[in-house]
Amino acid sequence: MKKMMCGAVAWLAMAFGLNAAEMKMAVTTSFHNSGLSEVLLPAIKRDLGLEVHLLIVGTGQALRLGAAGDVDAILVHSRKAEEAFLAEGNGTYRREIMYNDFVFVGPGSDQAGIRGAANAVQALRQIAGVKAPFVSRGDDSGTHKKELSLWLEAGLQADGFDSWYRAVGAGMGTALNTAAAMDAYVMSDRASWLNFGNKRGLELLYAGDPVLFNQYAYIPVNPDKHGHVKHDMAIALEGWLVSDTAKELINGYQINGEGLFVFNAQPR
Amino acid sequence: MGELWEGMRQAVWLVVTLDPDLVEISLRSLRVTLSALLIASMIALPLAAVLTVQRFRFRRLTVATLNALMGLPPVVVGLIVYIILSRGGPLGVLGLLFTPWAMVIAQVVIIVPLIASVAHQSLRELWSEYHDLLISLSTTKRQRIAALLWDGRRALLTAALAGFGRAIGEVGAIMIVGGNIEHVTRVLTTAIVLETGKGDFALALALGFILIAMAIVINFAIHNLSRTETEGRW
Repeated sequence: MKKMMCGAVAWLAMAFGLNAAEMKMAVTTSFHNSGLSEVLLPAIKRDLGLEVHLLIVGTGQALRLGAAGDVDAILVHSRKAEEAFLAEGNGTYRREIMYNDFVFVGPGSDQAGIRGAANAVQALRQIAGVKAPFVSRGDDSGTHKKELSLWLEAGLQADGFDSWYRAVGAGMGTALNTAAAMDAYVMSDRASWLNFGNKRGLELLYAGDPVLFNQYAYIPVNPDKHGHVKHDMAIALEGWLVSDTAKELINGYQINGEGLFVFNAQPR
Repeated sequence: MGELWEGMRQAVWLVVTLDPDLVEISLRSLRVTLSALLIASMIALPLAAVLTVQRFRFRRLTVATLNALMGLPPVVVGLIVYIILSRGGPLGVLGLLFTPWAMVIAQVVIIVPLIASVAHQSLRELWSEYHDLLISLSTTKRQRIAALLWDGRRALLTAALAGFGRAIGEVGAIMIVGGNIEHVTRVLTTAIVLETGKGDFALALALGFILIAMAIVINFAIHNLSRTETEGRW
């Protein structure tokens, strides 16, 4: 009994195992939900011997984490917010890595008829026109910001909408769960949608407008502002992310036979 | 209903095959919570005993505050611990944010008031029985506290188990301060949130059943080891 107690205490006292070569990167929920990280991280570990710990948050929080120096790099998709982040001296520069696209998902009955919409903005106008239930992320994430900018382009004010517009203030998965439960329309990144396990009556209704393309960029946190960040590792990781190995893995990644990401990093 | 059955089936399957991810996050859950429980008990039990034997001016107020803090919203604790441990915060230099220790700290803050309140409740009753005896033996304060803690150990165990139950099932705070990082700070509760977000309800449920089962097994094990309910009164 006593021995067991001693053993238990020793087990608790052991440092929670951490590796020497490791860094923290904040990524968006949409990136993680795609499953691509499960392909890239083992390859990064193999090639660089680097353990990348992912913090899966919305773009808004990812940028906050970077600004506070709580992570070493961020991988996000909201250009305007990224530029503001750089302007405040929080990161060194942004490097475009790849893009995927957003899709409109909704009930199979498609009461707003967006299946045949001419473009993304038109689709939103139709949804607003019939006041079909629409779930918004409402969490200041890249996806949310994109959605708001599309409503603006459609000449509509999202904060003036009635109860048909439901901001859930949560990640993509939760938003999709909510939409599935309420037979609502929702804008999702394609990867989250394809990987989502609880589709119920939801179907992919509209996609393909170039305005829906979603550019991911990598930003190392500024080591001049935060001396403790692992800048060398952040640079090593960037080198890997723009390499041919990464290109093959990213372009070759598929779910149900569909490609998700297009690698578009420019060599410098 | 289908999802519930599927969840149970998957739970059994994960346990039977000793799924390595499951084993890893379950052990991490246990380690974080048992560490927190150990630290919290070392703070809360002596505190409860002192509050029982020591008369001082703000004793009532302290006890009332402790009771009130039992209902401390975990998510607020998480947020405050996060801000303190963040690089910009007062303890930022320690670099503890998004490590298991951050989760331990948050859990300690959440369960200390609970353990102290429950322990104080039972020690107070014990004290009313022991009071005359211990005073007449002219024991020191230290001895009185030791006597109360030792003789009240079974009741204190219940207090600690209540703390364990609250900590192991907690998600709001540790999600914020731990960050749910795979292989580092992912524990059962945060994994459940993650799988629910992916719409994989069956796996989320399976993890949930395992969490409940683990809490029950730990409770049984501790009761068994300390032979509660088997020896006369204590």
